[in-house]
Amino acid sequence: MKINENLAISESGFLFNPSTGESFTVNPIGAEIIELMKEGKTEAEISEKIIKSYEVDIKTLQKDLHDFSEILRHHQLLDQYEETKN
Amino acid sequence: MEKKRYERPHIVKLDSGMPGKFGMRNDSPPTTHIDGVAVTELVEKYGSPLFVISEHTIRSTYRKAYKAFSTRYPKVQFAWSYKTNYLPAVCNVFHQEGSWAEVVSGFEYDKALANGVDPGKIIFNGPGKTASELMKAAENGSLIHIDHLDELYLLTDLAGEMKRKPLVAIRVNMDTGIYPMWDRFGFNYENGQAWDALNKIMLSGKLELVGLHTHIGTFILGANAYGVAASKLADLALGLQQKFNHTIRYIDMGGGFASKNTLKGSYLPGADTNPTFDDYAEAITTALVNSGFKPESLPLLILETGRALIDEAGYIITSVLANKRLSTGRRATIIDAGVNLLFTAFWYQHPVTPAQGFSQYREENTIYGPLCMNIDCVRESINLPLLNKGDKLVIHYTGAYNLTQWMQFITLRPNVVIIDPDGTAHLIRQNESNDSVSSLEKTPDYLIGIK
Ligand SMILES: Cc1ncc(COP(=O)(O)O)c(C=O)c1O
Repeated sequence: MKINENLAISESGFLFNPSTGESFTVNPIGAEIIELMKEGKTEAEISEKIIKSYEVDIKTLQKDLHDFSEILRHHQLLDQYEETKN
Repeated sequence: MEKKRYERPHIVKLDSGMPGKFGMRNDSPPTTHIDGVAVTELVEKYGSPLFVISEHTIRSTYRKAYKAFSTRYPKVQFAWSYKTNYLPAVCNVFHQEGSWAEVVSGFEYDKALANGVDPGKIIFNGPGKTASELMKAAENGSLIHIDHLDELYLLTDLAGEMKRKPLVAIRVNMDTGIYPMWDRFGFNYENGQAWDALNKIMLSGKLELVGLHTHIGTFILGANAYGVAASKLADLALGLQQKFNHTIRYIDMGGGFASKNTLKGSYLPGADTNPTFDDYAEAITTALVNSGFKPESLPLLILETGRALIDEAGYIITSVLANKRLSTGRRATIIDAGVNLLFTAFWYQHPVTPAQGFSQYREENTIYGPLCMNIDCVRESINLPLLNKGDKLVIHYTGAYNLTQWMQFITLRPNVVIIDPDGTAHLIRQNESNDSVSSLEKTPDYLIGIK
């Protein structure tokens, strides 16, 4: 799972995909996760980081992370090349 | 370092199109308290799901309705429609405010008596009264609203055995311009059935005709229909004066006023668009005052308003059990209160608000109840914050019909509390238990045990 590196995210959670011209809003935790993905962190590393700073249990987080990446995939925000390689 | 409150990661595509029918924003503030009592405290003490009734809202709604009529008409009487909500505590709030009782079965009749209602202030409607129920009500001096000819004949026969003359009205159905027209109950105005019944009552001399009644339907969104109905009843009353020199005491306009709920399929919220008590009162009282009654002999105006007096006073507190994504990508939230408790979810888009603060992010949701049934859908489409399992939601405008039509289906029925005007909660119906449900069940000896 690799995020499209060209995505631009603003502080206020505005996300722009230059390859399609589509824009999105993302909540602060979503933006944080996308930033971590852009840095190339693995799912496990991301979970660890989030658990440290938020009041959430691992099961809930894993379920939500999985759902979030499904939605990113649905909106074609994951790297297409990486996707087909998997 | 203190941890931050968790919210699900969420992303939504920005569309520049028109806001859709279902895309209206729902930024209603969270309902953290009901009448000053914290939702979390209520759940801790009484569990989830939980029905909550606001006594303050009942009283203030009643007073608003009473004022709308009494400022326009000299003699007004409300009769609480028991089927709408017959928990004794709720009925007695209405009776304390001055309401009579309107019942539609022997069961409801006995409830009204047990609540301490003067039998002379009980209106007995309904198509299924038995001979013994009619005897009892008539001998008590209650007001019997005759629904059909078979009942008229039965009561006329029974009257011979009674110590007093039964006090009766007839129920009239009519065309008021609304669709569908309710013609199943009572005697029709347009085809002469109503006059036929009135003639029979007057000529038999065995029954005391005291009133005329109609109930034109429910959740009537056009107040004008009531004006038409009131004119037609006035016309019958004046005809009785002319033909039999008989004066009736009251005209009963039944129930049917819309509450603040939003009917399914409506574009705009009911709270903003449904007629108000003033609209209904204006239509009814104008028709009566403008009819041929002499000002000093206007009949008493009775109203059997149900849902419009209680819907807003009822809440269900419910917990998020799970959230999932449907195959279409749509978000679904599963809560612990389904259509077993919220019968009216079949008709209304009940407002649903979170019971705790959230960020500004919203997501379109379908809300399902906990029943393993396809019909168990509380809201097909609603924007909600990013809910976590365990979060609480408050469902609004649930006071009418749910506490009478709820089902002991798959799960047990929960506690019901009333919050008094000082902000203290009182249990008014105990939650069911396996024991309370199975105490009515009997198993023949040969079916006990499995072997
Ligand atoms: C005879 C009669 N009166 C009053 C009511 C109360 O109606 P609503 O809740 O629509 O006001 C009903 C409800 O069906 C009714 O049948």
